[in-house]
Amino acid sequence: MMGRTIFIDPGRCIGCQACVSACRECDSHRGKSMIHLDYPDEGHSVASLPTVCMHCEDPVAPCAEVCPADAILVTADGVVQQADTTRCIGCANCVNACPFGVPKIDLQAKLQMKCNLCYDRTAYGLAPMCATVCPTGALFYGTVEELQAERPGVQVADSFTFGTSTVTTGVAMVVPADKVQWPVPGGLPGSQLPLVEVNGADVR
Amino acid sequence: MTQQPIPLDPSLAPPGTRQFRDAGGIPADQWHADQEGETLVPTHCCFCGVQCGMYLRVDKGGKVFGVEPRNHDINRMRLCPKGINAYQQVNHPDRLTAPLLRRSRDEPFREASWEEALDFTVSEIQRIQAAYGKDAFGVLGGASLFTEKTYLVGKFARVALKTRHLDYNGRLCMVSAAGANKLAFGIDRAGNPFADILQTDCLLIAGSNVGECFPVMTQYMWGARDRGATLIVIDPRETAIARTADIHVALKPGTDAAFFNSVLHVVIREELDDEGFITGHATGWQEVREKAAEYPPERAAEICGIPAQQIVQVARAFAGAPKAMAWHARGIEHHSQGVENCLAVINLCVATGNIGKPGAGYGTITGQGNGQGGREHGQKSDLLPGGRSIMNDEHRRQICEIWGIDESELPPAGTSMMEMIWQMQRREIRGLIGICNNPFVSLPNYRVVKEGYDTLDFHAQFDFFLSETAANAHVVFPVTTWAEDEGVMANAEARVVKHNKAQEAPPGVRTDTWVICRLAERLGAGDKFAFAGSREIFEELRVASAGAVNDYYGITYERLEETGGIAWPCPSTDHPGTPRLFEDGRTYHPDGKIHMQVVDWHPPMDPYDDEHPMTLTTGRTVAHFLSGNQTRRLGALVEQTPRPWVEVHPSHGFRSGEPVRVVTRRGSEVFPALVTEAIRPDTVFVPYHWPIPTAANALTIDALDPRSKIPEYKVCACRIERAEHIDEVPEPPTAPGRQAYPETQVSRTDPLPPTAPQGRGTAERS
Repeated sequence: MMGRTIFIDPGRCIGCQACVSACRECDSHRGKSMIHLDYPDEGHSVASLPTVCMHCEDPVAPCAEVCPADAILVTADGVVQQADTTRCIGCANCVNACPFGVPKIDLQAKLQMKCNLCYDRTAYGLAPMCATVCPTGALFYGTVEELQAERPGVQVADSFTFGTSTVTTGVAMVVPADKVQWPVPGGLPGSQLPLVEVNGADVR
Repeated sequence: MTQQPIPLDPSLAPPGTRQFRDAGGIPADQWHADQEGETLVPTHCCFCGVQCGMYLRVDKGGKVFGVEPRNHDINRMRLCPKGINAYQQVNHPDRLTAPLLRRSRDEPFREASWEEALDFTVSEIQRIQAAYGKDAFGVLGGASLFTEKTYLVGKFARVALKTRHLDYNGRLCMVSAAGANKLAFGIDRAGNPFADILQTDCLLIAGSNVGECFPVMTQYMWGARDRGATLIVIDPRETAIARTADIHVALKPGTDAAFFNSVLHVVIREELDDEGFITGHATGWQEVREKAAEYPPERAAEICGIPAQQIVQVARAFAGAPKAMAWHARGIEHHSQGVENCLAVINLCVATGNIGKPGAGYGTITGQGNGQGGREHGQKSDLLPGGRSIMNDEHRRQICEIWGIDESELPPAGTSMMEMIWQMQRREIRGLIGICNNPFVSLPNYRVVKEGYDTLDFHAQFDFFLSETAANAHVVFPVTTWAEDEGVMANAEARVVKHNKAQEAPPGVRTDTWVICRLAERLGAGDKFAFAGSREIFEELRVASAGAVNDYYGITYERLEETGGIAWPCPSTDHPGTPRLFEDGRTYHPDGKIHMQVVDWHPPMDPYDDEHPMTLTTGRTVAHFLSGNQTRRLGALVEQTPRPWVEVHPSHGFRSGEPVRVVTRRGSEVFPALVTEAIRPDTVFVPYHWPIPTAANALTIDALDPRSKIPEYKVCACRIERAEHIDEVPEPPTAPGRQAYPETQVSRTDPLPPTAPQGRGTAERS
């Protein structure tokens, strides 16, 4: 987890898509939104959650790892940038490699696009546009201490398991208080991942 | 990030402000090549009653081109999708830039000069009033106008037109709450500021889809939840906030009064009421007690279609909490017993002693940006500036003195918006000026509304886009958006905030103030309408409201700019304003007491039968605002929610995306189904922002609350059946020779967008 980063709390998300609209306003990719808003339990619940780039850390972001053109650069402070337009060949390797399904390919321009933590803003000490406007704090930008000061007792996780591999991320997810230090299960059900929770019951 | 060049705290000032520079930030005009010379104009959102602060980004050429979050006390940088995209209206290609005119409805519109449009309008006013009397000409105002303009509309109708027929579209919004607050407390506003929500121990939200209609309020509600407050949501649908509530009461629409009476019944039965508070501060308790005795949980559970145990749970949670608050919105107000529903909530707050303390009180969430301020200063049929009554001789005298007219010239009270439509049908009203409203989409029973407007001899409309209603008019005046003029609005907390002018109006566009004053001049009342702009009107408004309940006298533009908002009543310029009412234990009734009112439940006006066994309820979705005239042209919002849908429970056997016909006694329309367990099996829901043939309001009933005259949008008897194909959403009307805005051309070939709106649909698609 980076020092000052985004925390995602799906329990607070109301699906309003303010983040999606705000992302369009961000100057580094004005007009295109890089946020994915998902409905994990459609038809049964209005639950929704926003996915921004998780800025993976471990050992290096999968998208950057597989890029044949070395177009995806990671800054010293851990932000995984979107593909450098002078290098990107639009091959979509990063799309396949990302376990969170974050990068998109602009088919017309043959370029990859993804969230870069609003680097044009964060580099100057401004919060990313999505976390700034999020009406509920489902997207929160700051340090973990700031988050806990605002929401007493909140717990976060920054590792995710996909089958047998675990990915550690720069962006963290708020988890139930008794599930700290456990990787959040990702990927599809039925894969090899060790289950920690089924229907709210701890099965460890 | 560990190595940030400038670590600052998250509640940052935006670039370009002094605070940002002092903290080591880079001035706005140097931090990105695209923004060279950019300025940020502090203002507020033009949409709902939360009135979030925002900065409009203005480029070197003086044009608004973007939005930047603003750390204002109300919203602390937060915005919803409507607020983020609001700036796109300002320089939108669909903007009207010249008056449109036609002598009869058989002709197409043509662009006319301002002189011709004004002269034609005035000659029609004079012709109609000479032939049929002063009252044959009506004015319908709007609650998206600045308070100064609403004052001007009221004065124009009563002083220049001398007609009694004046009302405004807040009549469709929150007059039930206004009526209830006035009856109980003698003052028409929420009792507590939003910030009090953070201190409460139990929060009851009745009939409000806060997550979609007032998203920025959720930060307060969940701030309370973070501190361990109990959250109770009363809503037939499992909305985003109901999903995480401790108790979600999914009652049958139209049964709120029975539910709240029954909660009060349990409170009394379990001796959880605050007798000390009631004895000291309220009257009418005995009668209320007796009525509540008729509503044991078993009876109410049957009426409301919920488990009786839930009623007991709510009573214990609300009355057992040290500090409890109730906030309500259209869900309990849009009823033929809307006033009673609000009174039932107030009775519950009073009986438990939750009035006038930090974290304890009641509030109504205004739907429109100026829903609160829009009626305070004489735009409503029975009110004069300062919330004074037009039926009260003393009040009439005071205002006539300020306006410099004889009291005999001031017309009596008029009728409500829906009643005016019926009067148009009967040809009692033959001419109308509509200012920033869109009844063709927003009023119930579209067929009646259309007939009423079609019967008019003359109809003029003010707007900046050609609304469905304006497209039916004889004259359309192109007026400014909120970013091209200054003025104040009062939000849901009764906090008066100032909007600032961010850019000059496009050529050919005038402010509403300018148009109304020119019309008044031509009608011979120019001396009373010599206003250059909002500032001068506000000075007169301050004086006109001085000493009344809605006292603005102590509020000045300078103070508003310094403080970021002042809550009325504010009787003197050194008064800090009144964010929380009744802190001294006195209400605004002469006896200083709360007048508790007896509330009885009666069934809704549209009876159920074998043909119409289900309930149709309507509401809003997050991407659109009211009649959609402002939001249905903004690409991002159209993309987010391109069309209405009908929410149905899986038990009816439909699949998401299938065409479903909703039939009521007023008509039938076809919508794609959104199959979800998040709605009661006996209820369907349709959002109402679209015009026919996709209009929920073609189905709703024009039954009114006898006291507040609010239509019963929230309950209609209906049935649903399979249909062949889904009706397309029509393009918004445009001025002659204009193309519809290309971004609104969202593909409508799929039965549903890739993700069903708001994610309530099942994963299976037809």
